[in-house]
Amino acid sequence: MAKKTPLSREFVKGLWDENPVLISLLGLCPTLAVTNSAINGIAMGLATTFVVVSSSVIIASLRKLIPHQVRIASYIVVIATFVTVADRFLAAFTPEISKALGPYVPLIVVNCLILGRQEAFSSKNNPGRSFLDALGMGTGFLLVLFVLGGIREILGSGTFLNLTVLGDWFAPWMVMILPPGAFLTLGLLIALSNWINERRVNA
Amino acid sequence: MKLFLIFISAAIVNNFVLSYFLGICPFVGVSKKLSSAVSMGMAVTFVMTITAAVTWLIYHLILVPFNVVILEYVSFILVIASLVQLVEMFIRKISKPLYDALGIYLPLITTNCAILGLALFAVLRDYGFIESLVYGIGAGVGFTLALVIMAGIREELELANVPRHFQGAGITMIVAGSLALAFMGFAGLISI
Repeated sequence: MAKKTPLSREFVKGLWDENPVLISLLGLCPTLAVTNSAINGIAMGLATTFVVVSSSVIIASLRKLIPHQVRIASYIVVIATFVTVADRFLAAFTPEISKALGPYVPLIVVNCLILGRQEAFSSKNNPGRSFLDALGMGTGFLLVLFVLGGIREILGSGTFLNLTVLGDWFAPWMVMILPPGAFLTLGLLIALSNWINERRVNA
Repeated sequence: MKLFLIFISAAIVNNFVLSYFLGICPFVGVSKKLSSAVSMGMAVTFVMTITAAVTWLIYHLILVPFNVVILEYVSFILVIASLVQLVEMFIRKISKPLYDALGIYLPLITTNCAILGLALFAVLRDYGFIESLVYGIGAGVGFTLALVIMAGIREELELANVPRHFQGAGITMIVAGSLALAFMGFAGLISI
């Protein structure tokens, strides 16, 4: 099965065709929760990528040692360990971002995207492939978070990466940085990706 | 009185799904039918209540006295995973139809961020034992409420003429957005 796909494909598929957020609808909680600005989206995306890549490599290396019955618990322990590392790292080097993300950093533990990759991919493939797969998924996740955060920040506060892009004439749409804006923007993005995919098939 | 406020705050004002974005996966996945939404909500409320109690005990009786708070995430998630397993066995024993209806989503409660989120928020806010318990029940009721409203709307949506590209996840997000907008009306009602 997966053995025949070229290595580059393992990486690229996560970016669009099997994008974790837009296509598989995994990891929606952090996607919606932290994207009130582009910078938060990037931080969350990077932290998640770090966790998914590290745990994929570890779990792929141990895949023959982990008994089938307790695999989920074992995966969770590995993931939780790396999340603790990421959490301490953010708190030590970027206290402001750590504060802005709040409890959503520890909540990476239960990001279904990460557990999903372990169950669907790392438990069956060698560490090299798992690394590429996880990197692709993490990057795909990061991109969506960045776009979503960017749109919400521009419309909701008139800034992008904390720089003012829309002048004084613009009255910020408060709703965009509040919870409803997250749902609405993601709904529109999903519809947009459906539209693009359909056009690609027909073209 | 404070307990009542905590309950209302967790269930309505700071609804876990619609204002903290916790538990979105089951919210999107299990909200197609009203009946399974109700049972999922009950399962989650049950697990949340027990989790709130157990994680409080672990945090205050083990992690803090032994100075190993850094193990917070690992120990919490392990407790939750075993609890979910327990609930799963229990439901399979007492009601086969219910077990079939919840299907794949029961084990997924483990990765339901609402459960771990609840444990983390309770620690963050320094709740006492009883307060954590009430917070757990409130959050569970709030989750059920959001899920049931959503399932009701989606059952009607089956008959509606939704634009092609919005079908499925797209329209669900838009509806959730409108619900979140409605729930924002409660903002500022209580602040704890």
